[in-house]
Amino acid sequence: MENTLEIGAYSFGDTQRGPDGSSRSTAEAIKNLFDAIVHADQAGLDYFGIGEHHTVSMPASSPGAIIAAAAAATTRIKLGSAASIIGTDDPVRVFQQFATADAISGGGRIEITAGRGSSVETFPLFGYELNDYDELYAQKLDLLLTLNNSSTENVTWSGTARPSIPQLDVVPRPVQGSLPIWIATGGSAPSSARAGRLGLPLAYAIIGGQPHRFAPLANLYRQSAAQAGHSGDNIKVSVATFGLVAPTKKEAVERMYPGWVNLNVEMGRLRGWPAPQRGSYLAQVDAPNAYFIGDPDDVAERIVDLHRHLGHMRHFLQGDHGGLPQEHLLESITLLATEVKPRVERLLAAK
Amino acid sequence: MSSQSARSSQHTTTIGILGAGRVGTALARQALKAGYQVCIATTQPAADNALLVDIVAPGAVAVKSSQAAASDLVVLAIPLHKYRTLNPGELAGRIVIDAMNYWAPVDGVFDDFERDSRTTSEVVEEFLRDARVVKSLNHIGYHELEEDDRAAGAPMRRALALAGDDLEAKAVVESFIDRLGYDAIDAGPLAAGRSFEPATEIFTGSHTANQLRALIQKARPLAVAA
Repeated sequence: MENTLEIGAYSFGDTQRGPDGSSRSTAEAIKNLFDAIVHADQAGLDYFGIGEHHTVSMPASSPGAIIAAAAAATTRIKLGSAASIIGTDDPVRVFQQFATADAISGGGRIEITAGRGSSVETFPLFGYELNDYDELYAQKLDLLLTLNNSSTENVTWSGTARPSIPQLDVVPRPVQGSLPIWIATGGSAPSSARAGRLGLPLAYAIIGGQPHRFAPLANLYRQSAAQAGHSGDNIKVSVATFGLVAPTKKEAVERMYPGWVNLNVEMGRLRGWPAPQRGSYLAQVDAPNAYFIGDPDDVAERIVDLHRHLGHMRHFLQGDHGGLPQEHLLESITLLATEVKPRVERLLAAK
Repeated sequence: MSSQSARSSQHTTTIGILGAGRVGTALARQALKAGYQVCIATTQPAADNALLVDIVAPGAVAVKSSQAAASDLVVLAIPLHKYRTLNPGELAGRIVIDAMNYWAPVDGVFDDFERDSRTTSEVVEEFLRDARVVKSLNHIGYHELEEDDRAAGAPMRRALALAGDDLEAKAVVESFIDRLGYDAIDAGPLAAGRSFEPATEIFTGSHTANQLRALIQKARPLAVAA
């Protein structure tokens, strides 16, 4: 169990809306995201994650490109994908992009999180068959790990999901030899056990329900790792949740609500959900529920309380979706770094 | 036949769950809470699931699929698009709850369901040939299943629908749903399960017995026409 907690943010890109509800440009959303990362670094946030998405409302399709740019414009913050959809990408390219960002950053603060993604836009976009999902993911994760664990530029790999690599150079190598590679999961027991058996750090995305219910899964992950002989720094858990910090809880709840409605209307159209109800939003915004939306005291206390259950070493929040005004995202990042983080440290020290 | 029916619904004691994902493990915990003996199987060997089951559904037992299939009541809790990995021979004659859903935006588009106008449970039933399939437990979220349960007779108790062609099997499933903490409402034959498939009002909402009956009634002409 970790006794320190990194505090972070993550985003899929958030396209702003005009007064009539229509989408503003996706380019603006990417520039906003870049600005938010630079701001987070200056404010002292520990981590920023960029989640690969391919929709007009969430246009962060290329985490590697954003992270490379951010690597040059920041000095301290850790940057990672959250997640990279490796099943439909080429792990060689993903690794090269992140190793390149690592070189630009000076080394040691660039991470890859490999995930499957909760939606399937990348399959038609890149010409893959969804029926091959499990096999693609398993093989491409294996290739990504092979590249990362290689002691030299010269790599050999064979499989069916991609052309084999017979003793070819894959460059550049990461500054410190390898990059942290995480596994992302929405919290199924088999994927928790698998990450443990692989000895990889595990990133939980908790987007509904009561987060402390993930405690048995984190326990399963740790015990699976121990059973497979894995120990040490790589066995650790991070948690990503919805959340937004504002000077008061009331402001935080009001600021996030319009975007939450927009997100749920859009997802509802795709997945046949009913019109979102304010009641179901409000039911999630207080402990012990899923949305970490509040003032710094509230959010810090809830993060530390969850830490009692999960022992996670990083907690990062996403508040920008459905067109959250940029100034609200920036203020939330400021408060996370300058108000939530010191409170979390005090509360952990007092435990 | 009727005496056998009464006996089987009273003496259902072992629940076999196929699938150890979010739905399967939540169902296992809820069934354990209701006092059932629960076993869980996946396509992996039982030994590989032992740690998982011990930690995530303590009290349940990891078994091989043939053992899970030999339970009094079997629940299918695998991703629907993997239904062809089920073993029809093992499930022949068994009472089987189909808790699976076709969810193209998440799992992708599959011809088995796109090119077939029947409900997904009818497609599954045909594949399983001799299983006694009841569609249910598919229209409640996996974390709601463990949070919304109420004692029988409690006001505003949530209701869950079931559909199937085998009356005796349905009686067993009704008793199971009741013990899990929910009112069971019979929607009719297996084809009537259309009224609580994804994107329906029943699927996306939470309803009491009276509300659920009304929604099933409202959907009925549609189900028959389809």
